[in-house]
Amino acid sequence: MDMAIAPPDLEPASTRPGLFRTRLLPYALVIPSVAVIGGILAFPLGMLIWLSLQHYGLRELIQHQGDWVGLGNYGAILVDPLFHQVIVRTLLFTFACVALTVVLSTLVALLLQRVSRVVRVIVMSSLVFVWATPVIVSVDIWQWMFDYEFGIINYLLTQLHVGNFIHHNWFDNPLQGWSVLVVVVVWGAIPFVTITVFAGLLQVPSDLVDAAQVDGAGPWQSFRYVTAPMLKPIFLIVICLSTIWDFGVFNQPYVLLNQRPSADYYTIAIYSYRESFGVTQYGLGASIAVLMVIVLVIVTLFYVRETLKLAEIQ
Amino acid sequence: MIAREAAQGVRAGRVRAATRTAAAATRSWRRVRQLAYDVTGLAVAVVMLFPIYWMVATAFKPGVDILRLEPKWFPNPITFQNFQDAIERPFFLDDVRNSLVIVGVMLVLALLIAFLAAVATARFGFKGRNAYLVMIIGVQMVPLNALIIPLYLMLDRVGQTDALAGVIAVYLAVVLPFMVWTLRGFVANIPAELEESAMIDGCTRVGAFFRITFPLVGPGLVATAIFGFIQAWNEYIVAYVLLSSPNNQTLTVWLASFTTNHGPQWGPLMAAATLTGLPVVAFFLVLQRYLAGGLTAGAVKG
Repeated sequence: MDMAIAPPDLEPASTRPGLFRTRLLPYALVIPSVAVIGGILAFPLGMLIWLSLQHYGLRELIQHQGDWVGLGNYGAILVDPLFHQVIVRTLLFTFACVALTVVLSTLVALLLQRVSRVVRVIVMSSLVFVWATPVIVSVDIWQWMFDYEFGIINYLLTQLHVGNFIHHNWFDNPLQGWSVLVVVVVWGAIPFVTITVFAGLLQVPSDLVDAAQVDGAGPWQSFRYVTAPMLKPIFLIVICLSTIWDFGVFNQPYVLLNQRPSADYYTIAIYSYRESFGVTQYGLGASIAVLMVIVLVIVTLFYVRETLKLAEIQ
Repeated sequence: MIAREAAQGVRAGRVRAATRTAAAATRSWRRVRQLAYDVTGLAVAVVMLFPIYWMVATAFKPGVDILRLEPKWFPNPITFQNFQDAIERPFFLDDVRNSLVIVGVMLVLALLIAFLAAVATARFGFKGRNAYLVMIIGVQMVPLNALIIPLYLMLDRVGQTDALAGVIAVYLAVVLPFMVWTLRGFVANIPAELEESAMIDGCTRVGAFFRITFPLVGPGLVATAIFGFIQAWNEYIVAYVLLSSPNNQTLTVWLASFTTNHGPQWGPLMAAATLTGLPVVAFFLVLQRYLAGGLTAGAVKG
């Protein structure tokens, strides 16, 4: 008798509080992160859009009250010839950096597969060193190496008879200055991309490559038709991330030009910063930032779509 | 008969000799190719490392050896004067302390919050879980540079500009999404059966969690801590915009202002750069095993 009654009594008593707890527990665990990310990333993103629709200068900052101007800021920015220059320049810079980074990193990753073990450890350690170097530190190093008077680059180029680079100032000519910036950014970006691509290469079964070679494929063909397609997801992620990072570049040009870059060295991020904090036009700066996000979304949409397509196939 | 056998023997010998020389040729060609690969690899390592070597070498050179048209490849004699100059610069020690406080407080909070969220998404199915994960991934796409203006105005309104708390909050939000994502992979990798069997053996749910899951997640916590450390230690623009007074700034802001305030004094600047990079490189080198394994574990397993 007792036994018959006991189980139904016991069951709800033991599971109901447990059920209640597990139902609310995950939400309790997630709430802190939602609060932080929502409050400090999502809310400012909304505020950015709202701000871009206001005239918001120093007076408005003190009064905590902007003047609604609708799309006025966007109108002003879109007819500004400097904005066109800056956006084209930033896109070209991004393209050059991403292309060079991915090509060079892939070559180094393929090389890593072929070198002996000791050399692989040496190359890997050098990559880790560069990876761990803070951006500001690396900018200072390159600034010193490209110094017009005592920089080692000018000395080496003169010694190698590339030309007379004694007292050559790389930043007089913006095209040369931007080339230096590409070198700085690509040097810093190679470790992450190389290590990621190398990790991907390790997952390509070697019998597939061997089979292709038995069938008469040369090194380029076996890379093009066997290895590269298998690495596609990794390439997509790496290109997408590099595009986001390089398009928003701020530190390298800003610090390399001693925190006073001329308009020739504006990237879109520096331009937005200058409009907001340099001439205290926060509304205008915010609208530039919004346009920057929009361009970025358009550029990266392609990669995201391709990645989703791959995910659906698998 | 004998002649034929002899002829065959000679022919076979010739064929064998031919294959032997061919094999030797392939082998030596392979050796040459391997040598070429290794030399190229070493050249890559030299090119990548040279800027870092040049920073350290310059930091140890006396001023007269730095400002030479024909550079000295090795620091000889060695001096520590540049390091002393860098450390004695105003606000160096203040800014080291600020960097340590910001990174330390941020890491403790981030690991705690990220771990809770990782457990929730790896161990429980709940309504809104997918939406949450999509948010975690999507938020990483937003460039931080674009948010500087509203962040500044928002923190300005609550009086947290030029205060470490504001910077800590921003860094926390920046590193959290990646940390949650990576830790989630680690927690998901630990079979829930382990916890269940501990509970059968008499552990409470919380007890099983702390005795079984928590120790196994250790490497994941280390990996994400390294990531957070590097992100926060190296960050520049947020600290530059938010922290205005020199005794409140971080080490990267101090380093970036080195040249503008005093003109390029390369020796002390390179010494300062070496000091700024040192903690990160040390942290990274000691724990990189965890990082490499950790990143892939977090990314691959779902």
